[in-house]
Amino acid sequence: MTAPKTIYDKIWDAHVAHESEDGTCLLYIDRHLVHEVTSPQAFEGLRMTGRGVRAPEKTIAVPDHNVPTTTDRASGVIENEESRIQVEALDKNAKEFGVHYYPVSDVRQGIVHIVGPEQGWTLPGMTVVCGDSHTATHGAFGALAHGIGTSEVEHVLATQTLIQKKSKNMKVEITGKLRPGVTAKDITLSVIGETGTGGGTGYVIEYCGEAIRDLSMEGRMTVCNMAIEGGARAGLIAPDEKTFEYCKGRPHAPKGAAWEQAVTYWKTLFTDDGAHFDKVVTIKGEDIAPVVTWGTSPEDVLPITANVPAPEDFKGGKVDAAKRALDYMGLTAGQKLTDIEIDTVFIGSCTNGRIEDLRAAAAILKGKKIKDGMRAMVVPGSGLVRAQAEEEGLADIFKDAGFEWRMAGCSMCLAMNPDQLAEGERCASTSNRNFEGRQGYKGRTHLVSPAMAAAAAITGRLTDVREMM
Amino acid sequence: MEKFEKLSGIAAPMPLVNIDTDMIIPKVFLKSIQRTGFGKNLFDEMRYNRDGTEVADFVLNKPQYRAAQILVAGDNFGCGSSREHAPWAISDFGIKCVISTSFADIFYNNCFKNGILPIVLPQEQVDVLMKDAEKGSNARMEVDLESQSITTSDGETFTFDVDSFKKHCLMNGLDDIGLTMENKSSIDSFEAKMSAERPWV
Repeated sequence: MTAPKTIYDKIWDAHVAHESEDGTCLLYIDRHLVHEVTSPQAFEGLRMTGRGVRAPEKTIAVPDHNVPTTTDRASGVIENEESRIQVEALDKNAKEFGVHYYPVSDVRQGIVHIVGPEQGWTLPGMTVVCGDSHTATHGAFGALAHGIGTSEVEHVLATQTLIQKKSKNMKVEITGKLRPGVTAKDITLSVIGETGTGGGTGYVIEYCGEAIRDLSMEGRMTVCNMAIEGGARAGLIAPDEKTFEYCKGRPHAPKGAAWEQAVTYWKTLFTDDGAHFDKVVTIKGEDIAPVVTWGTSPEDVLPITANVPAPEDFKGGKVDAAKRALDYMGLTAGQKLTDIEIDTVFIGSCTNGRIEDLRAAAAILKGKKIKDGMRAMVVPGSGLVRAQAEEEGLADIFKDAGFEWRMAGCSMCLAMNPDQLAEGERCASTSNRNFEGRQGYKGRTHLVSPAMAAAAAITGRLTDVREMM
Repeated sequence: MEKFEKLSGIAAPMPLVNIDTDMIIPKVFLKSIQRTGFGKNLFDEMRYNRDGTEVADFVLNKPQYRAAQILVAGDNFGCGSSREHAPWAISDFGIKCVISTSFADIFYNNCFKNGILPIVLPQEQVDVLMKDAEKGSNARMEVDLESQSITTSDGETFTFDVDSFKKHCLMNGLDDIGLTMENKSSIDSFEAKMSAERPWV
């Protein structure tokens, strides 16, 4: 009998194409997602060495980081010349190398990590990579998914493999039920608050427990998306009926007999009883509150009911980092988080740009207006999410409340397009990183769930969404 | 790729923890389609004022560190975005070795693809090296990849671990893709086996 395995062990073992004596492996890649920022140098590398793309049928490209999200984008070219050149380079490379492509003009275009699952490219048990750290998102399907650098993008394009050594296994269990007003975003931020941004370094995380099982696929994607913010190579969740239901009928999911065969295999993808984890973190679902970040690292997480901490509350190098963060964020130790006034709200990103996120925000905003002077925008994660939200009447709720209703893209999550914070502006954002300058030079970011972002848009300050439910 | 064997150079101290890749190279500089030219924008928002003038007290702007080839950094260096522009910027600036108590996974791997040696050491040893780096340009550290050792300006030596395959590639400046291509038959047979077992992939 073989030793009990984790789901990560199983997926890993099923993808080792070659192993050297020192344990270095060639890991076969089932899906390679590509966007315009981290791929041009890789395609150029192929051209310079006369190499081709080994498996164009497993390679999916979509521009997302640079694209404008204004509704008039269909009629014009991208004004920023460098952004335009990057998107045009992807247009050209996709065509030249014959990979699947969703151009800006295609209604299916959107953030690569939303398009992949939506189109059925991401399926359980697969290895999925992309030159983007938030590739962890796809782990929600029980896939082994992680970000890579541009040299590795070129390596995967040329060989459909990656040179890898196996990571360690880490289990993050969220037991019991969540309280009302607490969402997947609050789970994933709370985990990072507990483990720190380096707590997952060297590990692949399996998220499990009742609170994880209870999440929709959209919620699971939110949780796995931020595994990288905890330092983990990947985060994943064992597939179940919800996963199969989500995948069924998607354009690139298997059909008929192949579907049955796939589901039979997918049902073997779980962690065996007695499998070894090198690290275990357990959090009670009922202990998780709606949270916000106060600083400039995703580990700077506190319940919305708390006060801004003081540097002396920390130890080691974090004391100076907290001092710097408070200064950057313009906050004073002891200040109530709910007294922090904001001027901008961003709802979107690969963390929270899916239909369920828009529903959660719209439920809070229905029949209400955002505060005078507030700049608030919704950027759906894909053209199809946008279309569905319009069909469900969510777009009208956002527009009536005073939100801008945008086209799909990464937008203000990393502000490579014109959607940026100005110096000193303060944003409640559903994105994934509150780093210095992330949403614009000297811009200040507080990470929150979509419902909390909606609540903040109404009151003009960080707000406990439970007061509005 | 440039080979890395030995390095004798000035080390710059950056004790801040969680230095992320957005700090190393802000997104406004990710729009290039080249691999070169990022050095002038390394740590851009920390290094320059908005009007383009230098921030005088930023470490790499100080006269004694302008030619630094080694960076001694706080914990969890390189966290965040997978952008390889971060090691490209570091290398283009002239830094060939980064030392910390830990690195983010993707950044760590990206370094080896660009001739940069990232070294992980325990806190006490990083503290010693940080102090040594703070002495400025008179204090040169020696890094020897073959013997996996670092020597401070005072002659104190620490050894470090590095994956044998990564070491081999770095010391010989090898192209990963070329090496993998040597195992093409393994990939071919794996692909054939997989398309029989999991045809939906």
